[in-house]
Amino acid sequence: MTAEVLIELIDVQKTYGNGENEVHALRGASLQVRAGELIAIMGASGSGKSTLLTIAGGLEVPTSGDVRINDHSLPTLRQKELARLRRQTIGYVFQDFNLIPSLTVVENVALPLELDGMNARNARRAATDSLESMGISDLAKRFPDEISGGQRQRVAIARSFVGPRRVLLADEPTGALDSKTSESVIRAMRKRIDGGLAGILVTHDAKLAAWADRILVIRDGQIVDELKTELRPEQFGAN
Amino acid sequence: MSVKASILAVLTMGACHGYQLRQEIESRTGGTWNINVGQIYTTLDRLERDGLVESNLTNVDGQTTYRITKLGREEAEAWLTNPLTTGPETKNELANKLALAVTIPGLDIAELIHRQRVQTMQALQGLTKAKRESNLDDPNEIPWLLIADLNIFNCEAELRWLEHIEGTLAKSAARDLNPSQDLLAPAKRGRPARQEN
Ligand SMILES: Nc1ncnc2c1ncn2[C@@H]1O[C@H](COP(=O)(O)OP(=O)(O)O)[C@@H](O)[C@H]1O
Ligand SMILES: [Mg+2]
Repeated sequence: MTAEVLIELIDVQKTYGNGENEVHALRGASLQVRAGELIAIMGASGSGKSTLLTIAGGLEVPTSGDVRINDHSLPTLRQKELARLRRQTIGYVFQDFNLIPSLTVVENVALPLELDGMNARNARRAATDSLESMGISDLAKRFPDEISGGQRQRVAIARSFVGPRRVLLADEPTGALDSKTSESVIRAMRKRIDGGLAGILVTHDAKLAAWADRILVIRDGQIVDELKTELRPEQFGAN
Repeated sequence: MSVKASILAVLTMGACHGYQLRQEIESRTGGTWNINVGQIYTTLDRLERDGLVESNLTNVDGQTTYRITKLGREEAEAWLTNPLTTGPETKNELANKLALAVTIPGLDIAELIHRQRVQTMQALQGLTKAKRESNLDDPNEIPWLLIADLNIFNCEAELRWLEHIEGTLAKSAARDLNPSQDLLAPAKRGRPARQEN
């Protein structure tokens, strides 16, 4: 039995602007990520990595092509359904963290669950677990402007892990971290993904990319290369 | 390995004397690699024994000329075009190989670098996988982990270097500089000619 496909991009094109200002950020990108699988995206800056991720996360609409997350075709969803899918299914780590300054660390991490109707106590408990897995439970009561850039980054990652997510999308999640902290972050991400999530990691760091099952190289909006490690039999069954 | 392969690589471009080989290799690796001439001759003897080069005593001043055989040419081409497996021992070999390769006409350097990047990335993935399966809390695993980490950092550095020189070479190609060099004029025995700049 092969694990189910949780993320699928089918011939996705994305054009920004028009006329003279037209930018083809993606030119027909296709990929599939299965449960338990982490793929890394590498490529020069401006090659379309963030665009690919925001489209996979339903934050941007493709100009053409289809995006399927956990069996839903995002371009066909209504606004409200899309918002719910994003809250419940997709964990997203932004390049610039996107924390809410007026909420404490633990409140930031608990927020997606509370928005989803989980009661405050349970949400907080799940948030505390997630902070623990990032090794930063001691920061729970601080505000984002009271912690360092590297710590904010780990809070953002903890938030992306929280609750019953199926899909994890991370844009340069370890950019501001030293290499030892980066490694503990990728270890924690990998562990979550091994538990049945599908993940896409955008990174410049080959050391991090090497934690992925496959490495896709993107150039000028196209996936031009793919590196594979052997599939781990315990995860993908005998097929 | 490096000396043997570099000799063969130079000989793919024409026959040379021992001293001339030393000079060629030195100038084609940016003057960073000084091989002693004794090593060149012992290597040539072994290459001849193995049928990769043949020698003949030719010209008036009694110098021996070395010529590559078909077998030797195959070996040189394999070394130049196949990626190396990364490890502490191959670090300089890779640098020397690529430096030499850009001076040899007709080699697809971009393809060569690309294949090397794939190979090094796979080595890095292999190391990372082994690390992922290791137990960080087991003191018996620490020595291995330290070495693995050094190899991981070396792979990463190599990948960044390859990406960087890919850019450098692309730029030099765009300026229409052809870095290929013809063989230097044969040097007199014992007195390698000085490089003019
Ligand atoms: N909102 C936008 N409006 C116009 N152009 C954009 C926008 N977002 C990205 N682009 C352009 O699309 C291309 C790909 O950008 P991006 O996906 O951010 O690249 P990367 O993340 O690989 O650095 C770039 O040329 C960028 O300038
Ligand atoms: Mg980006």
